[in-house]
Amino acid sequence: MTLEPKILKTDILIIGGGTAGCYGALTIAENSSVEVIIAEKANIKRSGCLAAGVNAINAYINEGETPESFVDYVKRDSDGLIREDLVYTIAKRLNKVTEKIESLGLPILKDENGKYVSRGKRSIKINGENIKPILAKAVEEKQNIKILNKVNIIDYIVKEQKIIGAYGFSIEENNFYTIYAKAVICTTGGAAGIYKSNNPGFSRHKMWYSPFNTGAGYAMGIRAGAEMTSFEMRFIALRCKDTIAPTGTTAQGIGARQINGKGEDYVKKYGKPTTPMRLYSTVMENRNGEGPCYLQTVGITKEQEEELYKAYLNMAPAQTLKWIEKGVGPADENLEIEGTEPYIVGGHTSSGYWVDTDRATTIEGLYAAGDVAGGSPKKYVTGCFAEAEIASIAAMEYIAGKKLETLQDSEIDQKLREVDSFLTRAAGPYTIEQVEEAMQKVMDEYAGGISTGYIYSKKRLEIAKQRIDELVDISKTLKAQDLHQLLFIYEIIDRLDVCKALIRHLEARKETRWKCYQENADYPEKDDANFLKYVNSRYENGEFKILLREPVERDDIYEH
Amino acid sequence: MSIKIDKEKCTACGKCLKVCPGSLIYKDETNKAFIKYEKDCWGCTACLKECKAGAIKYFLGADIGGKGACLHTIQDKDLLHWFIVKPDGKEEKITINQKDANKY
Ligand SMILES: Cc1cc2nc3c(=O)[nH]c(=O)nc-3n(C[C@H](O)[C@H](O)[C@H](O)COP(=O)(O)OP(=O)(O)OC[C@H]3O[C@@H](n4cnc5c(N)ncnc54)[C@H](O)[C@@H]3O)c2cc1C
Ligand code: SF4
Ligand code: SF4
Repeated sequence: MTLEPKILKTDILIIGGGTAGCYGALTIAENSSVEVIIAEKANIKRSGCLAAGVNAINAYINEGETPESFVDYVKRDSDGLIREDLVYTIAKRLNKVTEKIESLGLPILKDENGKYVSRGKRSIKINGENIKPILAKAVEEKQNIKILNKVNIIDYIVKEQKIIGAYGFSIEENNFYTIYAKAVICTTGGAAGIYKSNNPGFSRHKMWYSPFNTGAGYAMGIRAGAEMTSFEMRFIALRCKDTIAPTGTTAQGIGARQINGKGEDYVKKYGKPTTPMRLYSTVMENRNGEGPCYLQTVGITKEQEEELYKAYLNMAPAQTLKWIEKGVGPADENLEIEGTEPYIVGGHTSSGYWVDTDRATTIEGLYAAGDVAGGSPKKYVTGCFAEAEIASIAAMEYIAGKKLETLQDSEIDQKLREVDSFLTRAAGPYTIEQVEEAMQKVMDEYAGGISTGYIYSKKRLEIAKQRIDELVDISKTLKAQDLHQLLFIYEIIDRLDVCKALIRHLEARKETRWKCYQENADYPEKDDANFLKYVNSRYENGEFKILLREPVERDDIYEH
Repeated sequence: MSIKIDKEKCTACGKCLKVCPGSLIYKDETNKAFIKYEKDCWGCTACLKECKAGAIKYFLGADIGGKGACLHTIQDKDLLHWFIVKPDGKEEKITINQKDANKY
């Protein structure tokens, strides 16, 4: 089998029809007649992080808070290192985008005076089960948005150091797409499946982040030479044991405390209860033999228990199933918690494209928003919306007066042959699954995964680098029997490129800034004098060049 | 954790194939749905919610504490009924109005 080449043209190409991608397309359609193509590897109705639903709007400026206090909070929680300009421009839009999604049909809890009911300072309560179908429906109704479902994008088209489109293939029909656009917005989300997961056997995909977000946007950017930031600030979630369901609903929703095996409240022993500290303290308690750790739920009322069952069904149904299957609910048994494997997720930490205040990447014609864009942690759903709005407006301005650029047929042919080669060659020595498993094992053992308590050292990273390089070579011998296997191969190629960048970033931060997320055994202390800086990288001629960049303040307009 | 599809009940409507965020579900020779990559399921339940025939069941793998129970859903306008059927046949039902926000 080989693929049929197809050529498409549009004004703006959005890669990934998830949270940010759909919102960005909507922004463009509502403000212009600019033509948009959304290329989505699955189907926008339920693709990406929002598939099962989400439990709350976690980034909202409640009464008593301001965009400024939001930035202060994110900065504190991230140990002083964020792009304040990015977080601030998001913060100023959070409430507006929330109103927008409510107007599209998202139920938000209100009090008797019609005010949103807060869940802590920066969160409000919703029914997030249907959030993605609501968003997708709004997108589908727009005339100037063309949706290409089941099309996996594999690389940007770069011409004279400008992005002029992207290549992809359909996983349903034998089509190879060359999509030309005046500007491209990357919204492919973050990267899961880099490290060995909590449940590596039958339930290997019972993970927190979407296992179908495999870092394509990062990898395409790396290969095209875009500057990336803060990959070393990994995200590791504290989650319900086994089901990897969110803990916030229980911790914030009913105010459950974290307790160890002896019933002691342990987090405060380790310092301020920031997001990384709640995780770190749990890892340490387990290491010191004080585990397992729990959220203390025993004693809640049956009514509260019933509400928890519903809240989890609305976003992580496995947890409710587990309680009911066991016949013992949270009112009678504390909820065990654990840390997940590390993910690269710019919506929770800072990893991703290095963008200017308008969300333009360092390559002309390319914008980034959502989990794929770096520098601004704690975006969550609404932050992704806000960022998508900023990026789309900037992209619309950029394309004014621009013409489409195209390639010679021979250039397209070359890319097509590369893709076809995976379908036509004889099988190599290893299967796709074996390479994936090997990558996750290497990263787990040598680049700070669960099995080493998230800690890494230079010596270990050297081994990781060598093994990942070997796997990159092996990946070139993989054989696809069908289109889905071709997708699997590209997902591995992308993740291996992310691994390579990640290893370099981990090595370059010669301090320990974030417990668990980035704990360098060779440099166990924080070093503000040298490292209150962003670690950035650019892939050039087969090597990663590391650049340390100075902090950007909240009122700065950062330009490349 | 993964899903099972009851071929007897499947009406070959094709909706679950479309919506799975991992595109893990395919058609067999008779156009009925089956999960091709069982271990790749994320457990998002998107496919269950699409299936008007109630043919798709969701279960926890034994590795994460499953004991043989299955979950399926039936949508009735704004009401989403969740059914958990235990191995002894006992059924529990939780109904959620999708217009209601979570209390937590
Ligand atoms: C389980 C879970 C629960 C969460 N709960 C909450 C919550 O309660 N509240 C909250 O505010 N935030 C929550 N978050 C965070 C929030 O959902 C994410 O930050 C946000 O949805 C990310 O949006 P995104 O657009 O960057 O990525 P996504 O919405 O994941 O979109 C990425 C899209 O790109 C597509 N794609 C990927 N690669 C390619 C490719 N190569 N070609 C084409 N398409 C591609 C994917 O299929 C997907 O549709 C949660 C996240 C997760 C994972
Ligand atoms: S949605 Fe249900 S009825 Fe339709 S194809 Fe899938 S399993 Fe069969
Ligand atoms: S539960 Fe989700 S990931 Fe699993 S098969 Fe159904 S739609 Fe796909």
